[in-house]
Amino acid sequence: MTITEPVLLGGIRRLVTLTVDGTEVRVPEGATILDAMPDGDTPTLCWAPNLNPINACRVCVVEVEGSRVLVPSCARKAEDGMVVNTDSERVRHSRRMVLELLASSTDMSQASPDVQRWMDEYGVDAERYGPPAPPADDRDTRHAGHHHTPDGTTAETVAQPVKIDNDLYVRDYSRCIMCYKCVKACGTDAQFTFAISAAGRGFDARIATEMNNPLPDSACVYCGNCIGVCPTGALKSVSEHELREAGDWHPEEETVTTTICSFCGVGCNLELHVQQGQIVNVTSPSDHSVTHGHLCIKGRFGFQHVQNLPEERRG
Amino acid sequence: MDLRLSDAVASPAVQEAVAAVLAEHTRATGDVVREHAYFTDSGHAARDRRHLLLPALHAVMDAEGWISPGALNHLARVLSVPPADVYGVATFYAMLVVEPRAPHVVHVCDDIACGPNGGEEIAARLTTELGPEGKGDDACWVRSPCLGLCERAPAVLLQRAGRPDVSIAPATAEAATAELAAPVEERPAADRAFDDTSVSVPQTAGDRAGLRLLRRIGLVDPESVDDYRAHGGYTALRRAVELGPTRVIKEVTDSALTGRGGAAFPTGVKWDGVARAPERPHYLVCNADESEPGTFKDRVLMESDPFGLVEAMTIAGYATGCERGYLYIRGEYPLATRRLQHAIEAARARGYLGADVLGAGFTFDIELRRGAGAYICGEETALLNSLEGLRGEPRNKPPFPSVKGLFGKPTVINNVETLYNVLEVLAVGGPAFASIGGDRSTGTKLFCVAGAVSTPGVYEVDFGTTLRELLMLAGGVRGELRAVLLGGAAGGFVTPDQLDVPLTLEGTRGIGATLGSGVVLAIDTAADVPAMLRRIAAFFRDESCGQCVPCRVGTVRQEEALARLVRGAPLGSRATELALLDDLAKVMQDASICGLGHTAPAAVKSALALGLLDPPTSTNGRAR
Repeated sequence: MTITEPVLLGGIRRLVTLTVDGTEVRVPEGATILDAMPDGDTPTLCWAPNLNPINACRVCVVEVEGSRVLVPSCARKAEDGMVVNTDSERVRHSRRMVLELLASSTDMSQASPDVQRWMDEYGVDAERYGPPAPPADDRDTRHAGHHHTPDGTTAETVAQPVKIDNDLYVRDYSRCIMCYKCVKACGTDAQFTFAISAAGRGFDARIATEMNNPLPDSACVYCGNCIGVCPTGALKSVSEHELREAGDWHPEEETVTTTICSFCGVGCNLELHVQQGQIVNVTSPSDHSVTHGHLCIKGRFGFQHVQNLPEERRG
Repeated sequence: MDLRLSDAVASPAVQEAVAAVLAEHTRATGDVVREHAYFTDSGHAARDRRHLLLPALHAVMDAEGWISPGALNHLARVLSVPPADVYGVATFYAMLVVEPRAPHVVHVCDDIACGPNGGEEIAARLTTELGPEGKGDDACWVRSPCLGLCERAPAVLLQRAGRPDVSIAPATAEAATAELAAPVEERPAADRAFDDTSVSVPQTAGDRAGLRLLRRIGLVDPESVDDYRAHGGYTALRRAVELGPTRVIKEVTDSALTGRGGAAFPTGVKWDGVARAPERPHYLVCNADESEPGTFKDRVLMESDPFGLVEAMTIAGYATGCERGYLYIRGEYPLATRRLQHAIEAARARGYLGADVLGAGFTFDIELRRGAGAYICGEETALLNSLEGLRGEPRNKPPFPSVKGLFGKPTVINNVETLYNVLEVLAVGGPAFASIGGDRSTGTKLFCVAGAVSTPGVYEVDFGTTLRELLMLAGGVRGELRAVLLGGAAGGFVTPDQLDVPLTLEGTRGIGATLGSGVVLAIDTAADVPAMLRRIAAFFRDESCGQCVPCRVGTVRQEEALARLVRGAPLGSRATELALLDDLAKVMQDASICGLGHTAPAAVKSALALGLLDPPTSTNGRAR
């Protein structure tokens, strides 16, 4: 479901009936094919419940009878009489190739466990494109329509130095799959700050501030909503980055505690992610009627006082 | 929104250039931009002007040769667009630069037609004279994809700050540097080379029999509305007004005219859909972003018969209820741009455009917009985004533009050649038009014949003419024919034993080929086919917008695999590389967002299927 419509009780929506993998499914008019998927395990990367469909990664494609090409289930509205096949040879091939192309060009090691599982299930073999090319330091300045002719001995990647230019976020674009979620969260789908945009073109496209300025010189307000939607760990908090670099990141021990932000009267739900007695990240549930998963700088990063304990009481 | 801008300030020249864009906007629409020292209009008023971003970026490039931080701030403030967005749009286009560069740039075409025909020599020569690609203080040179001047190969485009751009074709390195140093003239000397239309349209040198779309080429003065009228101009519009919108659409439907841009959608159906759409306003867009390598037919039409397009757009606007038409022309066509701009102004001055066209009580006007070096903007929804001042990334379909197009309104998008056909439909009537050819291939078709033929050029033939007849018309093949690239980089190859294929949508499909944009590039046995394929693969890697994974990464992997195959250094075996290319082709065709990705593997796939890359020929086929 999208958040384009206000959360009000509207008119009663007509149901449409479609067939998904031989099973008849009824969904409200306006729902997408993805909404109509019975199993809930369709791979997605650029889709998020709290953003409008972006339709860029193409990993959720399905076969719709009568359509020459595969269609993105995240964006395509369900129609009466539609016959959808989610597990045909063509669908499996495209999903495998999308994951494989990403894995061959991008560091996917911090993507969610679901992504790792999909890569296994679809049989991704990223090695068959050759050894990865070394990191490039010119990815921010490549010119549209021009590239160095490859000889094919190595597979080009987006590997590049990590950007650390402020106290709250790091931008590790070696992990960026260009899903555009951060751009949408920064812009029209949540924050309306517009600090970042897709820049460049083709394989050299990237997420950038104007003129590649450091974040403190941009319009960024450090709400962290870009971090909240990033599916691959390209954007993360400095605290998470430092713990990972120190080998001190323990997701298996992480507990999540739900609370309400105490900074103002809006009442945003917070989820405190705690590892080893320390808050490491703060998120908000995407289905929360106030936040839709988005927070402000105070909710997301203003937790130090909670941990400002005497030395002997720290966990 | 609050804009956060740096302290960089635009030069007076840039401010003046942007002010001129705003002034033209005010003239055309009556919308006055209120500008103050620290802010301009905000809210809806400002956001509704975002579509001026690309024209304003062009104005900055024309004034200063690059988009400086100060210029970027100025655009962001005046148009109320976030600076990151301005940067994102500017870096999308090959003709715009956001880093200091020499103010005079020679774009050297190294694509499939020009590269082997002198383009590479020009590049080598300019490296000696100006320095390495992209380097130089006053002038530099850069490689360019097809400049749409294949019949005059080799071609260069001069992009010059403070002076009009010009194309030179056929070009030499000396001609390019001489033109850079030449004094400013009212009419650039390089333009005069295009006065002899028989170079581009050899049929105009003969008896002109059978010429319909090209009938005025070479006879009519492209800068005179009176001369256009003397050659039958504006009779089609008068006829359209007599018939009324509904019957115009009926004639077009009866003609079975299909779109000539490559997708071959029935024009009558498209027009009818928009004409009936209850939502207003309706918009007309003419897609003149002709960028398919090997294609130059639209350029020739627009250069030599610009009023024809203005008239045809007026008819389309009248029939479909549009009061505003946008003519989106590729940025690399300076002469056609000048002629069309002049034609639009002349037509407006004479009442052929404006509030009461022909005194017939309907309003229609045209705005000319230049692309800025992006093949993808020929994809209709990418073109719409480009017009709206966004990055030229295709939209998800449905909804289709006839329902939700430019600015979210019902929009007719037609290719240039399609629109010229409308003049013919009104001249002879729908059924008579449909009597030429058959099925979905009715009327005449323009082909861009180039490569190893005696007389390259645009040729007009009836649908159903065979490929062999067309090649004969172009003076026959020079040397021994190896293959013909049909449909351009997005098309495929046909072999000498397939020359009797009738050139129709149905006929070419029958042999697994496509007419595409009408490219017919003859390749002789001396040609370096592997190099050509690598150029095509490089083209798609450069021109992919980068939005969807299959195309963004797939075009890179395709180019790499092809490089290994051509070098004879496969990873694993040749068979594993072929399987890899096949896997890539499938995902690009099946899962890409738009036609660019769907067709990016076509030429490589077709060459492999026909054995054009088989090991013995790739070494022996080359003349030594």
